[in-house]
Amino acid sequence: MNQTTTSRLIQAGFVAAVLLTWVLVTSTGLINPIFLPNPVDVMEELGQMIADGSLWADLTITLFELVLAYTAAVVSGTLIGFAVSTTRWSTRVFEPLFAAFFAIPIIVFYPLTVLYFGLGPESKIVHGGMFGFFPIALNTITGFATVDRRLLLLAASMGASPKQRFVRILFPAALPIMITGYRMGFILTFLSIIGSESIASLAGLGHRIVWYAEALETPKMFAYIVIVVLLATLLNTIVAALELRRRGA
Amino acid sequence: MNATAASILRFLARPVVSQLAFVILAMLLWEVAARHSTDELFTSPPSAVFAAAGDLFDDKGVMRAVVTTLWELGLSFLLAVVFGLAVGVGVGASGMTYRSLYPIILLAYAIPQITILPLFVLYFGPGPASKVAFGFSHGIFPIIVNVVAGLRTVPTGLLRSAYSMGATKQQVFRRITFPHLVPSFFTGMRLGMTATLLGVLLSELYVSSGGIGYYTELYTESFEPHNLFALTGMLALMAVFLNEVVRRAEIRHSRWR
Repeated sequence: MNQTTTSRLIQAGFVAAVLLTWVLVTSTGLINPIFLPNPVDVMEELGQMIADGSLWADLTITLFELVLAYTAAVVSGTLIGFAVSTTRWSTRVFEPLFAAFFAIPIIVFYPLTVLYFGLGPESKIVHGGMFGFFPIALNTITGFATVDRRLLLLAASMGASPKQRFVRILFPAALPIMITGYRMGFILTFLSIIGSESIASLAGLGHRIVWYAEALETPKMFAYIVIVVLLATLLNTIVAALELRRRGA
Repeated sequence: MNATAASILRFLARPVVSQLAFVILAMLLWEVAARHSTDELFTSPPSAVFAAAGDLFDDKGVMRAVVTTLWELGLSFLLAVVFGLAVGVGVGASGMTYRSLYPIILLAYAIPQITILPLFVLYFGPGPASKVAFGFSHGIFPIIVNVVAGLRTVPTGLLRSAYSMGATKQQVFRRITFPHLVPSFFTGMRLGMTATLLGVLLSELYVSSGGIGYYTELYTESFEPHNLFALTGMLALMAVFLNEVVRRAEIRHSRWR
């Protein structure tokens, strides 16, 4: 047996042991089902949610918030980041300001966001957009600011127009770093939307998790947790695949 | 343009000066906008916020909440460092443990922890215990990941030549592995601090009986924006300060590289 097979077996064994323990402690009544529901119950709730369609309303709201917030973060982050990167002076002035702001957990501003935009989707879109903006803007600045100046000088000396220099050199050179920013921004936007829905909201997946937790309906709560984890994994895989493809191209 | 004007312009163009000028300008705009055009239930001019910050320092309840949040943060960070280091060393110790256990750590790390926040409250109650546990669950992963990375990226060439020259296991650890571990450990601590802070604040804002979250909710619901701004500002400054402390420590201990 080679090493990879052994490690795979240990991993599979670990996951199986966790699941088995979960089933055992819940079906023997060792743990109160309010604290930890039986996985079979969770699966049933999950099927129920999908069958009767109660899942879709919250899923749609969360995805709607995510799409708007992320679009806003990408557009504003890219435009502002590019504008800042155009001169050395503005880079040196604004890049540290953005970085300092990024160091603050933006969640502290969420109560203010709720004060201004209410409990509905608007506050989540603004909050998610704010979270996503900083990594995108910072990586756009880094991307454009670290392009090898000799390449630009060379192109200019051979008579390339500003537009050609942007399309052929600046943009392709900056893109890989920008894509990392887009990926980080996406994850942060998604997590902050689920987070802000959990803290104060009227609807959405995060809201539903908290709702069922407070009602002590843990099987339903776990079903929604499973949905969010699956959604996060799916979205992450898509974004990572897109990133790889752009890199490879 | 005469020489004085040129030197003033050059002074203004220095990044630090421009940054300060930019911040002051934003404050002035905010002051003017808040005084003239907006509803005072929602926006407070910076002058009112600074006045409110002074009052908050005198408010015993708020100060107790700040202290509570700080020790929640301190305790969860301490736990995250101790357990993160222990687990990281265990996982990174050999090729076998690394290949078998590291993917499991990454799998657990990939789960959005915010979804299980209500579980923490269910298990640990609405008091400080749930904040410490949630902060710990955020802080431990970056520390594990970086400790493992530090142990696994020791150049094999160095190890091989040390062993071939007759170094004992202890000597190799002291002279090669340990110095390589230290910088990544500090990087892990910096990222872990950011994550712990996020975890503690998230759970504070979600439900709080006597911490900062109680007051942010109070001020939001009673429409006291000057107090909310002042408290938010205090939290933000605290975050920047803590970040700076761990970042300095990281730079100091990575210098040998």
